[in-house]
Amino acid sequence: MKIAVCIKQVPDTEARLRVGKDGRWIDEEDLPFVINESDECALEEGLRLAEKSAGEVVVFSLGPERVKEALRKALALGASRAVHLGHPAFAGGDALATGRALAAAIAREPFDLVLTGSQSEDLGFGATGTVLAGGLGWPHAWLVMGVEPETDRGTLRVVREMESGVNEILRLPLPAVLEVQAGLNQPRYASLKGIMAAKKKEIVALGPSDLGLGEDEVGAAGSALELLSVAFPEAGGSAQIFEGDPVAAARALAGKLQLEARVL
Amino acid sequence: MAGIWTVLQHRDGKLHRGSWEAIAAAQSLAQERGTKADAILLGQDVGALAAEVAACDLGSVRVAESPLLAAYTPGGYVAALAPALTAERPDFVLFPHTYQSCEYVPRLAQACDVALVPEAIAIDGGAGETTFKRPILEGKMHARVRLRRAGTALVTLQSGAYSADARVAGSAPVRPLGVDLAAAAAGRDVLGTEQIGGDTVDLSKADVIVAVGRGLGGADKLGAVEELARLLGAEIGASRPVIDSGWLPRDRQIGSSGQTVAPKLYFALGISGAIQHLVGMKGASVIVAVNKDAGAPIFKVAHFGVVGDLHEVLPALNQAIRELRG
Ligand SMILES: Cc1cc2nc3c(=O)[nH]c(=O)nc-3n(C[C@H](O)[C@H](O)[C@H](O)COP(=O)(O)OP(=O)(O)OC[C@H]3O[C@@H](n4cnc5c(N)ncnc54)[C@H](O)[C@@H]3O)c2cc1C
Ligand SMILES: Nc1ncnc2c1ncn2[C@@H]1O[C@H](COP(=O)(O)O)[C@@H](O)[C@H]1O
Repeated sequence: MKIAVCIKQVPDTEARLRVGKDGRWIDEEDLPFVINESDECALEEGLRLAEKSAGEVVVFSLGPERVKEALRKALALGASRAVHLGHPAFAGGDALATGRALAAAIAREPFDLVLTGSQSEDLGFGATGTVLAGGLGWPHAWLVMGVEPETDRGTLRVVREMESGVNEILRLPLPAVLEVQAGLNQPRYASLKGIMAAKKKEIVALGPSDLGLGEDEVGAAGSALELLSVAFPEAGGSAQIFEGDPVAAARALAGKLQLEARVL
Repeated sequence: MAGIWTVLQHRDGKLHRGSWEAIAAAQSLAQERGTKADAILLGQDVGALAAEVAACDLGSVRVAESPLLAAYTPGGYVAALAPALTAERPDFVLFPHTYQSCEYVPRLAQACDVALVPEAIAIDGGAGETTFKRPILEGKMHARVRLRRAGTALVTLQSGAYSADARVAGSAPVRPLGVDLAAAAAGRDVLGTEQIGGDTVDLSKADVIVAVGRGLGGADKLGAVEELARLLGAEIGASRPVIDSGWLPRDRQIGSSGQTVAPKLYFALGISGAIQHLVGMKGASVIVAVNKDAGAPIFKVAHFGVVGDLHEVLPALNQAIRELRG
């Protein structure tokens, strides 16, 4: 199987966030970035499916220069090639614009399967993979928790998470797009050998014109949404907070729970 | 005139709770603009449901009935809604932000070439320019967005952003939403369903739940958590990453894809408070959060909080409880 995997680089969830100078986005200086969690699972699933079918995984990422680090990591884990949509015109896209660009990049080669994450940890649209599927005109499933190829039929058996603790089992014809939910698998670690091999692998840079798209069809200009500002939620909530020495805080809390809340 | 629609999600003859919230949101938007909202109902034999919705203050309840819409499928829903949206160009179409809408609304936006605003928590601006607020970075921050061009916006509303109780009663006519499903295909072959984790633990019956998140740091660090649970006769629950990492079994997961609980006392230890977790536990009577990040969203829903390292706070808390009990 020839598989495309989309990976997004996002701020580490542990990172301390600050509003950027212009107030329109967070300050990215010195911010640690990682591969989006569900995308790591998408990559792992792609690698396993490719290994079983003597196929290959090509990784795609849209973002500035720094995302090459994420692509390098994917190459070290076993992807054979990488495609980087790093042109500045791609920046600032909503799900529709980013999905359109990724679909156009993937459509340049014949793939059997596209894997994405289900939701990004920064913008969190939960929609880019779906838009990408629409752009390719392929069937898709969101929140995938199981994938089994049915090779003789040319179909996939897919387990999809639903609300309230139930999974739905679907059969999808290939080619298809699967938006993987975090927890589908336990992603592997890169080996030293993999890291060395990645140095020789290719990262191809594509711009809008390579995709047959105008600069006004991608990124911020090609988006339906405009980001005006970002902010921390207003302080609020009515929690009684204990800070400082942990032992004193724990004692104060236990007292409150017993005397005020009467729950101990 | 500003068209304001809300597309209702339902199952087994009942509206999804989020649909009642979306009706309330549509009514409030319509009122600000001096108009009435319309509710859209897709299905088969949904007359009783249409009548129930028609008892709200709405312009109309518009119903499309077809065997192809008897069960939700992304293909059927997009085929039914896209022509109506393209012909009538409403300004807003509101949906509850659910796994179902997440699956088909982006394709609908794409098919109609209109804007998609996922997971809005507020729609502001009254009759003037509209801006939307939505969570980013796992709820740690909010973004304000607006449409780049005037036109239709498909907006999915985060659970709880509007109150279902705020909706206004009335009497609306029920009329058909003309759809032509001749060319529609379900686009999927459903083989069946399965219960996750076998449902061996029913956390919804527990009076006290001690829940841990990724901040725990590993399955080998559960000792003090288990001790607190023993002291309080509590069940242990967890956020999703704890389950995904294999630290606890799947039937301990609390949240939108796990169990929904409403105990008397809930401890959220090293849990950030993402919406998918909150929807599963915000009904608890007393919520206690321990988190080393004072800005963690969990403190917004907590009644009591300790800012600190749970590995230092928990042993001290266990000790304090033992002492209080003599
Ligand atoms: C469709 C979908 C469905 C989902 N369903 C669910 C669901 O059912 N349930 C669920 O929980 N999530 C669900 N999620 C995931 C959800 O979005 C969050 O990613 C998840 O809840 C975060 O878990 P967490 O708070 O444990 O981890 P994190 O967000 O990583 O937070 C860890 C917290 O621990 C704190 N911390 C770290 N170390 C310490 C320490 N030593 N002492 C004290 N505090 C510490 C940190 O400050 C941080 O606040 C779903 C996501 C999607 C997209
Ligand atoms: N800039 C990007 N580069 C590569 N993949 C992306 C990008 N943005 C989104 N995706 C993919 O689409 C999924 C959903 O993202 P989102 O719609 O932002 O929640 C992510 O998990 C990624 O797999």
